[in-house]
Amino acid sequence: MGLNIRQASVVYPSVDGRPPVEALRQIDLDIENDDFVVALGASGCGKSTLLSLIAGFLSPSSGEILLDGTPVQGPGADRAVVFQKHALLPWLNVIDNVAFGLKLQGIPEARRHDIARGFLNLLGLGEFEKARVYNLSGGMQQRVGIARALTCDPKVLLMDEPLGALDALTREKAQELILNIWHSTHKSVFFITHSVEEALFMGTKLIVMSPRPGRIAHRFDLPFSRQFLAGTPARTVKASREFIALREEVLEIIFSDEEAVA
Amino acid sequence: MTAAPEPKPAKSGTFRKARATKPGETYGVPGQGDTLLLSLASIAGIILIWWLATTLGWVKPLFLPGPGAVLRKFLDVWQNGFTNTPFLEHIAVSAARVFGAFLLACLIGIPLGLAMGMSPLIRGIFDPPIEFYRPIPPLAYLPLMIIWFGIGETSKVMLIFLSVLAPVALGARAGVKSAAIEQIHAAYSFGATRWQVMRHVILPSALPEILTAMRIGIGFGWTTLVAAEMVAATEGLGYMVLSASQFLQTSTVIMGIIVIAAIAYAFDLLMRFIERKVVPWKGRM
Repeated sequence: MGLNIRQASVVYPSVDGRPPVEALRQIDLDIENDDFVVALGASGCGKSTLLSLIAGFLSPSSGEILLDGTPVQGPGADRAVVFQKHALLPWLNVIDNVAFGLKLQGIPEARRHDIARGFLNLLGLGEFEKARVYNLSGGMQQRVGIARALTCDPKVLLMDEPLGALDALTREKAQELILNIWHSTHKSVFFITHSVEEALFMGTKLIVMSPRPGRIAHRFDLPFSRQFLAGTPARTVKASREFIALREEVLEIIFSDEEAVA
Repeated sequence: MTAAPEPKPAKSGTFRKARATKPGETYGVPGQGDTLLLSLASIAGIILIWWLATTLGWVKPLFLPGPGAVLRKFLDVWQNGFTNTPFLEHIAVSAARVFGAFLLACLIGIPLGLAMGMSPLIRGIFDPPIEFYRPIPPLAYLPLMIIWFGIGETSKVMLIFLSVLAPVALGARAGVKSAAIEQIHAAYSFGATRWQVMRHVILPSALPEILTAMRIGIGFGWTTLVAAEMVAATEGLGYMVLSASQFLQTSTVIMGIIVIAAIAYAFDLLMRFIERKVVPWKGRM
């Protein structure tokens, strides 16, 4: 069960006499419960299109997307999305942003604040619940965005380059935080990134996508996040021989794609 | 080894780069700096020139009475009223017309504008009439208002109402576009309905534009006031200015203009205060 994508294609119809754009061609992907699937690829390879497809913001031109056997039709709380930025609501304070999804479901304020507080503490934001989101740093805003998606208790957590706007140090901390949360909440995750190291470190499955048309070119099963969760320090995992060898292999694939495009 | 030519010191009076910053300022932000003192000096300067021009006899008092005469006229009208009506009643009547029309325009214009932003059906229906009448000066359709609504209160309020409606509705319509698509998608991905997205995402993010549109709208309202009080009015600031002009009471005309401006300015300050309280996040994310 989990999320199954069967032969999904997305074709944007032609505009202004330009030919139609084939954004995704015949994608097959299964995201089982407990999977952490990372999508990696050159820009324009259809990673974000694939995420929009799973989220329900887009419909496939052909093929189907099934969540626990039911076709996905439009967005829903079982597939909460964490965006790169700009998605928090500045008129709400931190705790009301985190409780926003629960408010939409009609849960009373005291109850939803209790749930939200739990996730704020999990993400180390406990003392900022009354703060204004625009006064927080980028890293903290992103943690609010993650907490907000988690409170909806989704089956699949969709993350569209959630750490792309963070500085390198904050980013490594956030990677470990997300892995720990994934481990303790047992959600399945679909995660987009531009960083090869991040992809290898975080995923249990890696899909490397290629552009024109967007397709899954390579698939890897990854052991590294489990090594980290078993207690190996993050930097040790990232400095191991296997990690570096795979990193170079994947980089080579992506660079050859970039050159083919250029 | 030749010595590099020394960089020429910037001549005073040339503006090659932005001014160096004071503490608390950001380098290069256009137009930053406090203007309060300059503004006060500017007002004082205008009054001084006005005073000089009248005291030295450059302009006859019939055309421009001095500041003292206008002030005396203000005190006189304040105590004795104008055309047997107390001054505060003139103010109250005009304020009731402008704010009544403004309130009505907000009650209709804001929901209409939001609906136009949200629905192609509503936009298709209401865009042509609003865009058609919007650039017409209110004086041009004043006769129509009188033919349709008579010379009573209705035509006056309708005239002001129409002049406020268009900017308020168009501001609310533009405000619908303020929400980032990520904010809207996030709400949908947390299970929001279309109505919830409207209520909890689009409406709050449109608030800054709506408040700005209200400020612009009330300005149009005051602009239209004198036109509205041109016909068959016996009370009101616009009436006072117009009838004083017929008797060449220039000091009353100037006094009336200043009072209208002062009320409008005070209300604008109030709106800015409300803006800071209601949308402190404006422009922050």
